[in-house]
Amino acid sequence: MMLTAIRTEIQDAPLGSHGYVGRETNAHASKGRWRVTSEAEPDWTAVLLRVRESQDRAAFAQLFHHFAPRIKAFLMKSGASEPLAEECAQDVMATVWHKAVQFNPDRASVATWIFTIARNRRIDALRKARRPEPEDLDWGPDQEPDQADVYETQQESERLNHALRLLPEKQRILVEKAFLGELTHSEIAAETGLPIGTIKSRIRLALDKLRQHLDKKAVTK
Amino acid sequence: MTIRHHLSDPLLMAYAAGTIPEAFGLVIATHVSMCDDCRARLAAFEAVGGAVLETSQVEMSAGSLDACFDRISTMTPPAPPPARKAGVLPAPLQDYVGGDLERVRWRPLGFGAKQAILPCTDSAASVRLLAIPGGVAMPDHTHRGLELTLVLQGAFTDDDDRFERGDVEIADAEVDHTPVAAPGVTCICLAATQGRLKFSSLIPRLAQPFLRI
Ligand SMILES: [Zn+2]
Repeated sequence: MMLTAIRTEIQDAPLGSHGYVGRETNAHASKGRWRVTSEAEPDWTAVLLRVRESQDRAAFAQLFHHFAPRIKAFLMKSGASEPLAEECAQDVMATVWHKAVQFNPDRASVATWIFTIARNRRIDALRKARRPEPEDLDWGPDQEPDQADVYETQQESERLNHALRLLPEKQRILVEKAFLGELTHSEIAAETGLPIGTIKSRIRLALDKLRQHLDKKAVTK
Repeated sequence: MTIRHHLSDPLLMAYAAGTIPEAFGLVIATHVSMCDDCRARLAAFEAVGGAVLETSQVEMSAGSLDACFDRISTMTPPAPPPARKAGVLPAPLQDYVGGDLERVRWRPLGFGAKQAILPCTDSAASVRLLAIPGGVAMPDHTHRGLELTLVLQGAFTDDDDRFERGDVEIADAEVDHTPVAAPGVTCICLAATQGRLKFSSLIPRLAQPFLRI
């Protein structure tokens, strides 16, 4: 299939083609550092940066094949109909293309960044509400991302995925429900028959477990 | 500036998930704008969202990638976020006010207290700016659910706790609390309340501490 072909091509491509030209001089940089994902998973940061740096359509196709079905599932689980979820998933991915210039690989993983775009689209499409966004931090004029931070962000994301898979099923489902909008204050008690306090402490427990796998810096900074 | 009263994990998680009413979202976004600690915790919760996104998938329809490329070429590219400058009011709040403190359209509440209700598209909760002169108690009101109060200027005390700029007080429906503006500069707060907020015995409540001073 086409998808496999593209994946192979990208995995075999030299690292220099991943959009990091000019950053090799950084003392902390070492070749191969970007390849922090497992064998099966491409380095999504490198793929998205190819979209950002050179409007690479093959790289975008690779992102689309991985993330569009996940955005669609996320939206359907959140209550969107199949046609609406399909349309919004396409829309989110089109936004990913246009917003790629705003992606900061040292601040969020690709999955996290796409999640925030999908989340905002969901608020817009399903709740028709506005989302107040925090002030941006002043990162100085065109600050180059710190390569050690980029690396750490990717690793943290890997560990989180792993931690989420390892959670006991009940806790994992609670975390998922919270992100799918199923855990509003009133719905928690109604749906599960459990008092809100219990749910809250379970979420806390789940998060504590997740945090054990998180880099300390990201949590306590 | 040292912030001592922060947002709770469930609040940050709900904001990261995008499931909290807009009014609370405004208080949260405003606090995060002033607080690096909560900004970092928010990033951690958004990363959990990224991990949740990875957990399941539903097949896209045939030709969806081509349809997406069509969308890309016809879509008006989203404008880069405008450069926003913080004043007394952090940027997300200025978006709702239409500028800094001098643009707030205050309405008198009596005894020098003023309020300005900020319009939300989502009516699950309401949000307002309150200006309370030093030494005066917050207007008495009933709230059926959660209430978040964020200090933007001056300070207020509630029991033994003191809340200064950046501090946020989290009060549930059960909490019977009496915030009083600290003596000195007028205390300006951003307060979000679940459901419709009703001022009950406004005059007696205001008069009581007022007469005590
Ligand atoms: Zn904080």
